[in-house]
Amino acid sequence: MPTTTINGREVFVDDEGFMTEYDQWDETMGAALATAIGVEMTDDHWKAIRFLRDDFKTQGETPTIRRVSTVGGIDTKQLFVLFPKKPAKKMAYIAGLPKPHGCV
Amino acid sequence: MTATQDMIVPSFDDEASEGRKLAIICSKGNLDMAYPGLILGNAALGEGVELHLFFTFWGLDMITKSHMEHLKFSPVGNTAAHMPQALTPLPGMTTMATKMMKKSIAGLDVPEVPEFLELIKASGGHMWACRMSVDMNHLKKEDLWDGVDDIINASDFIELTDGAQLLFI
Repeated sequence: MPTTTINGREVFVDDEGFMTEYDQWDETMGAALATAIGVEMTDDHWKAIRFLRDDFKTQGETPTIRRVSTVGGIDTKQLFVLFPKKPAKKMAYIAGLPKPHGCV
Repeated sequence: MTATQDMIVPSFDDEASEGRKLAIICSKGNLDMAYPGLILGNAALGEGVELHLFFTFWGLDMITKSHMEHLKFSPVGNTAAHMPQALTPLPGMTTMATKMMKKSIAGLDVPEVPEFLELIKASGGHMWACRMSVDMNHLKKEDLWDGVDDIINASDFIELTDGAQLLFI
């Protein structure tokens, strides 16, 4: 498995650059990941990312856009504004989680 | 194998997919045939692809207020329903099969048709009703689900899907 240096720390990632170790992530790292893909983090962004982290911890998988909206309480429309074009993947990347597996 | 390199960043905003458009023609009103278009369309939006859904013929039921919540699945003539074909036309069979299908879909946390349409709309998808089908069924714009962009004819659809990848369901 490849490693990469984020924020001066060496972490495990998959071939695309998604972090693979839940515990290697912290919010400064999340901010660095966001910068790398051109997302400027605001409180609203963090609300979504924190939901992803918490939900993954209890469910064992990355939530889909629908779950972020129905369970996390963040409007789908807003997710497309916060993380343009590919919200599910961008959120997962910033949160240091794998891409969601669900179709919907 | 361990490879250490500079930060690996996924190519989210790949120029190759810039301007990609998908058009799906939804022509069936059975519950099982409503889902493929919705699932693929929703996936396309999540990948940053522009989406146009065109509801025509029986597919118009998917966006007609009086029918959209009552789409049904019938096992008649469907060998993949895995039940003796002679039993499929019995009274109550469609209701039972529909109930079972809705249950398995809900079990996967996939929404029912009206909520799915809301999700697609909120994700920026465009939805068009077929003029001829609307006229055939003597419907008006107010009989259709509010999220429908407009009632358009076949030529309009061809025009607005210029350069799109097309799927007929």
